[in-house]
Order: sequence, then structure tokens, then C-alpha cells
Amino acid sequence: MCGIVGLFLKDDSLSPQLGGMLSEMLVTMTDRGPDSAGIALYGASEGSSFKVTVQSDDPATGFNGLAAHLSAATGSPCRIEEKSTHAVISTDGDNAEKLVAHLRDAHSALRIMSTGDSMEIYKEVGLPKDVAARFNINQMSGTHGIGHTRMATESAVTTMGAHPFSTGADQCLVHNGSLSNHNSLRRRLRRNGVHIETENDTEVAAAYLTHRMNQGRNLGEALEDSLDDLDGFFTFVVGTKNGFGVLRDPIACKPAVMAETDQYVAFGSEYRALVSLPGIDTARVWEPEPANVYFWER
Amino acid sequence: MPTIDLAQDGLRALNKTLQKAARDVAATQSNETDWTIENPKGSHAIAVGLDGPIEVTVAGSTGYYCAGMNKEASINVHGSAGPGVAENMMSGTVVIEGDASQYAGATGRGGLLVVKGNAASRCGISMKGIDIVVHGNIGHMSAFMAQSGTLVVCGDAGDALGDSLYEARLFVRGSVKSLGADCIKKEMRPEHIELLTDLLERAGSDAKPEEFTRYGSARQLYTFNIDNASSY
Repeated sequence: MCGIVGLFLKDDSLSPQLGGMLSEMLVTMTDRGPDSAGIALYGASEGSSFKVTVQSDDPATGFNGLAAHLSAATGSPCRIEEKSTHAVISTDGDNAEKLVAHLRDAHSALRIMSTGDSMEIYKEVGLPKDVAARFNINQMSGTHGIGHTRMATESAVTTMGAHPFSTGADQCLVHNGSLSNHNSLRRRLRRNGVHIETENDTEVAAAYLTHRMNQGRNLGEALEDSLDDLDGFFTFVVGTKNGFGVLRDPIACKPAVMAETDQYVAFGSEYRALVSLPGIDTARVWEPEPANVYFWER
Repeated sequence: MPTIDLAQDGLRALNKTLQKAARDVAATQSNETDWTIENPKGSHAIAVGLDGPIEVTVAGSTGYYCAGMNKEASINVHGSAGPGVAENMMSGTVVIEGDASQYAGATGRGGLLVVKGNAASRCGISMKGIDIVVHGNIGHMSAFMAQSGTLVVCGDAGDALGDSLYEARLFVRGSVKSLGADCIKKEMRPEHIELLTDLLERAGSDAKPEEFTRYGSARQLYTFNIDNASSY
């Protein structure tokens, strides 16, 4: 199973409600997967600021004095905003590479959830309502976001096995289904120097798309490529800094419903995830076609 | 005309009430035949297991398995239906005013399912006597292993129509993306025009029977034959 929700706003006046709307959609999907839940939110980027979302199993120790330490180690000011087990570290864009490298080398107890100018990822083991409440998701604003509630099949129920997966700056992917060629593809990508953290099949799909985009393909083209290279069942919803994409495999066993109005594009594993959205009664509602890339950009 | 608000009463109470009403009407112990369900909001398993001639109007869209195992009842969904609508229907009528998701009418043994919009993949999979009329298009792998009954498509059909087909009759007005293994085009005879005329009329479609093409089983894959291994 697994439940997916996604919301891509066209009307900025809905931005303050993005977190609230996404949380409500995700909680509706709880019975599709109660193992873990996560949300990726794209907020407005602030000037040249760069963000890293990290997670700690022991936030009291893990985040204590972290901002001062990172500022000293990278030579640029780093700010930190704690949210339960997660913390968003902000720094100047020029300091991005140094910060991420330092976090990987010197803070291996911290897990990097996401990096980028505008995206933050919050995910934990537990029910969607608890995960959303823990991180105050319904208070968050933004332009687009993706949520996932997981029924685990291909790897353990852990924070790192929860969705969304992010393998590139401001890129994220959620998945309903299971991939059968993820081991061979993971080896191939690693040989090409792609960093893959877990043994999870979905992370391989995310890393594959990141790799294709690094080779110059846009999100839509990378999704087209995945139809040839990924074997298995999948409904994907992906986000980039400006884009929102949906793809189902050619067999299309995994359910998907979309809705579009002048104000938004929405995705739900089931229609009931969409029923609270404004104007849903008059929205264009349809089931995305198999093996057809749907892709919006702002 | 009683109305049930699903948001207030919950699913179990709803189905219990409708099932009792259907039984009572069938036993002529009640004449409460018209029921309306409000606030379906994509909920699963709405109006399932009805066994009696009542008429149910669902005011909105439904989720998985609406109208499953229906017997004698008429169920009309004023919206779209999620996966598995009218699954294993025995008799009666189910009408979807909008679209139907995958495997609409799967394994149905009798009755009439009408989809006024499009139906997604696997429509009529393993059908065993049900009649299905889709006003729009249908998706891939429809009528897979269909055994008997009739599938009428006023629009186009997706890939692998009628794969491993037994004796179900398939009629498509538009194009067929591809035929499945052992499914072939067949001649339209007067009895097929007669059958279509009746079904289209009952389904509220003004399509002309003469515009349809009939597809059926080539009957080459009924029993396992090693020479056919590549076709299975």
C-alpha cells in the first residue's frame, strides 16, 4: 500500500495554508500505511540562504551548541532552528558545500534529510497525525509540498527508510510500490559516483532521477528515462525547486487521483485525500494515465 | 425518501441499514425503496452486499469497492467511483455518472454496470456474466480472462483488450490500442445488433449498434498446449 499526497499551488494566497492542507490530506491516508510518515515542503527561498535539514535520535545533545560549532568549522555564520528531532541549519549559499561536507565528516550521528534553497524534509517513524504534530507542519507555508505514509516492504521501518527521499538539492521523491531492479541499479549509480545512503528501493529511484538531471535532463525527461530503466511497480510524485511531477508505471496497479483548479494541482492515492481541498467539487478530477509523465513548473 | 449522512452515521451503520432495507423490501415487509447517501467523500465499500430491489442514490464520489456483490438493487453514483466498483455483482444495476477507476465490474456474474465517463484499466477483468456499458474509453488489460457477459465500449480501448478471453462478447465503437493474446475481431451478425440495441438503450447511450466492432476469443488457448507456450 502506502499513501501519497501532493499539492502544487498556482495561487500564492493559499501559501500560508500549504502545511495545513497537506497535513490534513496525509492524515486521511493513514490507513494506507501506518509505519512512518514524512513531508517535504518548499518554502520561499531567502536571498542567497542555503538550508540543510538534519535529524538526531538525541536532539538535546546532538543540536546543543551545533550552530556555533558549524559557524566556527566552516568559517561562515550558521543558524539553527530546532523542531523536535529535526533541525534546519541555514547558512550562506557560498558555504553550502563546506557545510554539507563537514556534517558528513564530523557529525555522522546527524542524519541529513534534505539540502537546498527552499526545501525542508521532516520524516519519522509513527502515524501521520503524530509526525505532522511533532513538527508543526500545519503552521508551515510554502509553494508546493509532498507527503507520504508508509507501509514498508523493501527495507526496515526506520527514519531513514521513511519517505520523502532526497538525493539532490531541492529534489525529493515519494513512491507507492516496489522496485525489483534496485540492487543492480544502485551498484551502477554508485559506480558513477552517486551517493546513496540506504538499502531502500525508493532512494535508488530518487538517486536515478538526480543522476539524470545532473546529466542535463529536466525533471520531465528524467521521468521519461525512468520508464526504461526502472523495473517494478511505482507511482511516483516528485518535487524540484520549481517543479512537481507524477509518473505511474505501465501496469499502473498503484492507485492515483489528481485534481486541478485555477488555484492548485493536487495528487492523492485516493480521492478521499482530496475532499477537503477548496473548490474540489468543481475541480477537474482524473486518474493519471499509465506511463505518462505529468509535470508542472512555476 | 430516507437519507443517510455518511459523515454522521458511519459506514457500518450505513451498510447495515441498506442491507436490512433491501431484505425487507424483497420480503415485501417494507415499501421504503428509495435511499440517498450524502457525504460519501470517497469512502470505501459504500452500499455493498445489498440483496433486494431498492434504489440507492450516492450524492458524490466513492472510494474502493462501491456496490460490491450487488443483488437486485439499483445503485446510482452521482460522481466518480474508485477501484473495484460493482465487483462480483450478481444482478441489479449500477450506474456511475462520472469515471470509474481500475477493475470496474471485476468477476461480475450478472446485472448491468454503466459508466457514463471513462473506465480505467482492467475493466471487466474475469467477468462471468455481467453486462458492462462504458460511454467513454477503457484502459489497458480490460476483459482479461473474461468468461461470459458483454462489455460495450462507446469510446476507445487500451492495450491488450480481451487477453486470454473465454466466451465474453466485446464490442468497441472506437479504436483498440492492441488486442490481447487469443482475442480477435469477429463478424457482427443480426443477433449482435439486437443485443447491442437493447444494452445501449438500457444504458442511456445514443450510439448506433452498427458503429461497433465485435471482438471475441479465437479459442486457441483454452487448454494448455506446449506449442502455444509463447502466447500465454
